[in-house]
Amino acid sequence: MSNPAELLYAKTHEWARVEGDEALVGITHFAQESLGDITYVDLPAVGDVVTAGEDFGSVESVKAASDLLSPVSGEVIAVNEALEAAPETVNAAPFTEGWMLRVKLSAPATGLSAAEYEAVCAAEAH
Amino acid sequence: MKSLFAQSVAGRVGYLPEKPEKSAAELLSAHLLRKVEPQLPELSELDVVRHFTRLSQQNFGVDSHFYPLGSCTMKYNPKFTEQAAALPGFTRLHPLLAQMPEGERYTQGALQCLWDMEQALKEITGMAGYTLQPMAGANGEFTGVKLIAAYHKDKGNKKTKIIVPDSAHGTNPASAVLAGYDIVNIESKDGMIDPETLEAALDDDVAALMMTCPNTLGLFETHLPQIVEKLRKVDALLYYDGANMNAVLGQMRVGDVGFDVVHLNVHKTFATPHGGGGPGAGPVGVSEKLLPYLPVGRVEKRADDSFFLNFDYPKSIGHIAPFYGNFGIVVRGLAYIERLGGEGLRRASTFAVLNANYLRVVLQDTLDIPYNRVCMHEFVASAPEGQRALDIAKGLLDRGYHAPTIYFPLIVKECLMPEPTETESKQTLDAFVEALMDAVAEGRDTPEKAHEAPVTLPIRRLDETAAARQMVLTEDMA
Repeated sequence: MSNPAELLYAKTHEWARVEGDEALVGITHFAQESLGDITYVDLPAVGDVVTAGEDFGSVESVKAASDLLSPVSGEVIAVNEALEAAPETVNAAPFTEGWMLRVKLSAPATGLSAAEYEAVCAAEAH
Repeated sequence: MKSLFAQSVAGRVGYLPEKPEKSAAELLSAHLLRKVEPQLPELSELDVVRHFTRLSQQNFGVDSHFYPLGSCTMKYNPKFTEQAAALPGFTRLHPLLAQMPEGERYTQGALQCLWDMEQALKEITGMAGYTLQPMAGANGEFTGVKLIAAYHKDKGNKKTKIIVPDSAHGTNPASAVLAGYDIVNIESKDGMIDPETLEAALDDDVAALMMTCPNTLGLFETHLPQIVEKLRKVDALLYYDGANMNAVLGQMRVGDVGFDVVHLNVHKTFATPHGGGGPGAGPVGVSEKLLPYLPVGRVEKRADDSFFLNFDYPKSIGHIAPFYGNFGIVVRGLAYIERLGGEGLRRASTFAVLNANYLRVVLQDTLDIPYNRVCMHEFVASAPEGQRALDIAKGLLDRGYHAPTIYFPLIVKECLMPEPTETESKQTLDAFVEALMDAVAEGRDTPEKAHEAPVTLPIRRLDETAAARQMVLTEDMA
């Protein structure tokens, strides 16, 4: 699965889809593949504030539990509640139905381009 | 296999104790009496014996299988330690007797065991004092972090953070969070704590650094002296996670190196059983400056060589476990230490490291070994490209070997972590290598078959994902 060119990426394997002054946040295909079958996603509440580079929740798989680091700063205006019942959506569609947060940005989002992010993944793969 | 509840037949009985002279209703207040009968399975003695014997036969244990579970030090538990712990003078002792009036003189032997164990651990690790109370490794970690907190509080230090490297044990951050600290995670460089990365993370808010050494990659932290020096500058303490102590017995005394707090895992290093979560013992040793905060009561010796429990430590963090911890486990550990002696312990470590290095070298063409250099008591490897650690682990079960630890540490891809321990012979190691090569070959040549493993065990491949997503935590006892 290729990394969509219109997204911004963090080297910790989260993505942000900026739409005006809001952004959707999720984890990448590379992240879900490394984690294996995801069994639980712990997300913040609507109204919580997230900060770029700091953790906003965690994701558990059969292999491990990992912190989720926010690629953007702002207030959480929606969370993907469907993930509670169906965490496997993150495995199946990490860039679309597997989104995690919708954030009202408090600062312009920055991040890696798809090409830059792919270089990060290539370095990590070995 | 059916559970005991599923095997239950109404009215079937096994061994019944004599009928009590008085009923519970005559002895207890009404509010303490149960309103419904206990819902216990009804079985004969033979039903129960067969059930548990079958369960034990289906189990993998060190007494029946090679068990190279990295980071857990599954060494053989010699049976003489069981004999020591089973002495009636120990098993029939009431745990409160030492604290009863006149009780002290009936418990001198038991108190001396605790005293001797503390002296032995002090000698082995170079620490100034010990508590034997903590009931497992993680309980020891929690105790250690509470001691660190007590020290800083007493000194008026305002400390909020504990640094945990990514090569540390997963319980370290959990213990520190439970004790109220924020965690600062630092990335390793070339499998080690990097002094520069540490420097950048270090400030006056740092209470301690928790280090596992050798770390979870099985590597010794070569920058240790610099790390100690940097921590001293901000009055941060250095914590030693003793999970990997089996690599350094008689080679390094952690107190001499500059560690302030250490927890040991008696069930790993000193050959006591690893039960399903217990009973264990996680003694905690401290440097001189942390002595006032150790849990009470502390076993002490009078001028006339008699032993007593001293509770008069106003700065103590208090009790960390009921009584004096898991006494029987301490007795087993002491028996092991006394029988091996200093030279024996040093040899144990030497052979643990030699066995791990033998496996590493023999397996270097079979597995991908990311830090392929002289290791300590364990090493990490990745499954060959395109294969899964899980399949290899399950394949080993089919071939009569317990699997190594897998998917830990997280910083190694498709990780397998074998720790052979000193108690395994070259013949056992060679047979294991052959089985592992065979499992890897199966994964390469017939991957569908590898995904099916285990096929020879009573329970086949479990659906771990379904088990985690749809947890069933109750047993229908009706």
